[in-house]
Amino acid sequence: MARRTMQETVHTTIRHKARSGESSPKSIGFLVILWLAILFALVFLTVLIVTTFIDGWNRLDSRLFTEYPASDPEDAGARPAILGSLWVIGTTALMTIPLGVAAAIHMEEFANRHHWFSRIVEVNVQNLAAIPAVIYGMLTLGAMGLMGVSNKNQVWVGALALSMLILPVVIIATRESLRAVPSEIRQGSLAVGATPLQTVVRNTLPAAVPGIATGSILALSRALGEAAPLLLLGGLVFLSFDPNGLTSGYTTMPIQIFNWTSRPQAGFHELAAAASVLLLVMLLAMNALAILIRNRYQKRW
Amino acid sequence: MNDIRNTSVAPERTGSTNTIVHASARPSLEVPVLDCDSVSIFYDDFRAVHDVNFACLRNEITALIGPSGCGKSTVLRSFNRMNDLIEGARVEGAITYRGEDIYGPEVDAIEVRRRIGMVFQKPNPFPKSIYDNIAYGPRVNGMKVDSMDDLVEEALTRAALWDEVKDKLKQSALGLSGGQQQRLCIARTIAVQPEVILMDEPCSALDPIATLRIEDLMQELRNDYTIVIVTHNMQQAARVADKTAFFTAEANDTTGDRTGVLVEFGDTATIFESPHDKRTEDYISGRFG
Ligand SMILES: Nc1ncnc2c1ncn2[C@@H]1O[C@H](COP(=O)(O)OP(=O)(O)OP(=O)(O)O)[C@@H](O)[C@H]1O
Ligand SMILES: [Mg+2]
Repeated sequence: MARRTMQETVHTTIRHKARSGESSPKSIGFLVILWLAILFALVFLTVLIVTTFIDGWNRLDSRLFTEYPASDPEDAGARPAILGSLWVIGTTALMTIPLGVAAAIHMEEFANRHHWFSRIVEVNVQNLAAIPAVIYGMLTLGAMGLMGVSNKNQVWVGALALSMLILPVVIIATRESLRAVPSEIRQGSLAVGATPLQTVVRNTLPAAVPGIATGSILALSRALGEAAPLLLLGGLVFLSFDPNGLTSGYTTMPIQIFNWTSRPQAGFHELAAAASVLLLVMLLAMNALAILIRNRYQKRW
Repeated sequence: MNDIRNTSVAPERTGSTNTIVHASARPSLEVPVLDCDSVSIFYDDFRAVHDVNFACLRNEITALIGPSGCGKSTVLRSFNRMNDLIEGARVEGAITYRGEDIYGPEVDAIEVRRRIGMVFQKPNPFPKSIYDNIAYGPRVNGMKVDSMDDLVEEALTRAALWDEVKDKLKQSALGLSGGQQQRLCIARTIAVQPEVILMDEPCSALDPIATLRIEDLMQELRNDYTIVIVTHNMQQAARVADKTAFFTAEANDTTGDRTGVLVEFGDTATIFESPHDKRTEDYISGRFG
């Protein structure tokens, strides 16, 4: 009996301590501020999404997918912009992911980290990830000028700008997933006589694929929402055909939305809202996919 | 046959046989399998071990014992050039494998590691299926095997793991217990048919029963392989080893660096029952370390 009371005393003391730890005015105040911050962000976001949704509701129909831009909002749709976005993002993915993954493998697994060149590359990759997108548009514009490409409204040119934009992000994400693979795995592989290249290709890289996929998808979703660099590259065009190749003309959804919102007619604003909802859904789907991959294939070592 | 220069695959592997028992079929050679001659190992300017001389004979188990930081792992890693992976690590003196300098200019580290396998302190199975863990080594080495299934079964059987995993070969190796993972790592090492197996505290993460299983396994493997084991467990060394090397770390008077030296090397019975050096005696009897 006596023993029991003692245990109870111990329990109550611990509980009391725990409560007093969080109930000081200071920590409560801090928690309240945190909650307000999150509340503010959520309310803002919700209002934005809901108003966009309401504005665009009338135009969220099949015409959005089937019609081409037109001078009358009733007849207009975003078909070329949707296809253009897919073309540009698909090309961007094909150009960026192999290059970014290869660069990351070299930096993480083979390069001598203490060499001055590696350090310069390393610092610059970090910095490039923070550069505003429009700069990459200007860079591509300049490069095309030097190369004498006069028609800049081509899928591959837009994809080039977006590739440069997200290449650092892909490199950083890949390096981080490679670094998360324990060095014991590499050692185990080398200890059975695998070459360093075999070790990367057969062991380290497969283990890092979920992280690479997640990072790449998030980077591509950033590129999908980007308008500024493509505007610089003449992406704002009136298309009455489906983009159908790397050298085809194109426009993308963010540009189409930008275009419609700058028109005076209310009908175009509705269309812009509808296209925004569609873009939002696509972005959410990509992010959900990224999260799904991350959770599904998360490695426990 | 024992040439470790750039040749890609050892002759006994290219044959049609996929049996792993091969070492005992070789003619007995007087040349030690591994021989250290005045070996010093550095990490940059730091001398981790100094002037080590000893030899490991075929089909014997050699135990490396000594206090923490005396350089046991350093010496072990230098045997299969895993030290190459550490920046600034450098070996002076000669380490020979069947009379050939493994740090010789023509020697391929990859080929050295094929012949001299390693089991690590912490079980490190690949994040693959049990089957693929075993098949990995033969595959990357381009070994020609009649039946990979048979080879996997044999390696797992020899590592005393087959019965426990035969129904779940396609499952992830990460789902095995620590002791099973360690035996899997041993099986993985055996599967490439090395001649020497280096083990760095292979039982330190295991319970006493799993430890005994691994010790039994080593006794079993001794018939076909030469084994070098680092252990902190004195009883383990006494139980399994034929030869024992006792290392200790000595402080340098001028720099204060602690450098590992080989104090005594000999038959395990001698080292444990009638050591010649006072320091060995103190360590064995628990008065030191
Ligand atoms: N990668 C490394 N870089 C630099 N110094 C190292 C490295 N590994 C080991 N050393 C140093 O070399 C010396 C010997 O280390 P080693 O790991 O070989 O000791 P050990 O006998 O295996 O010890 P333990 O019993 O604790 O495993 C130590 O002084 C250690 O600090
Ligand atoms: Mg050690």
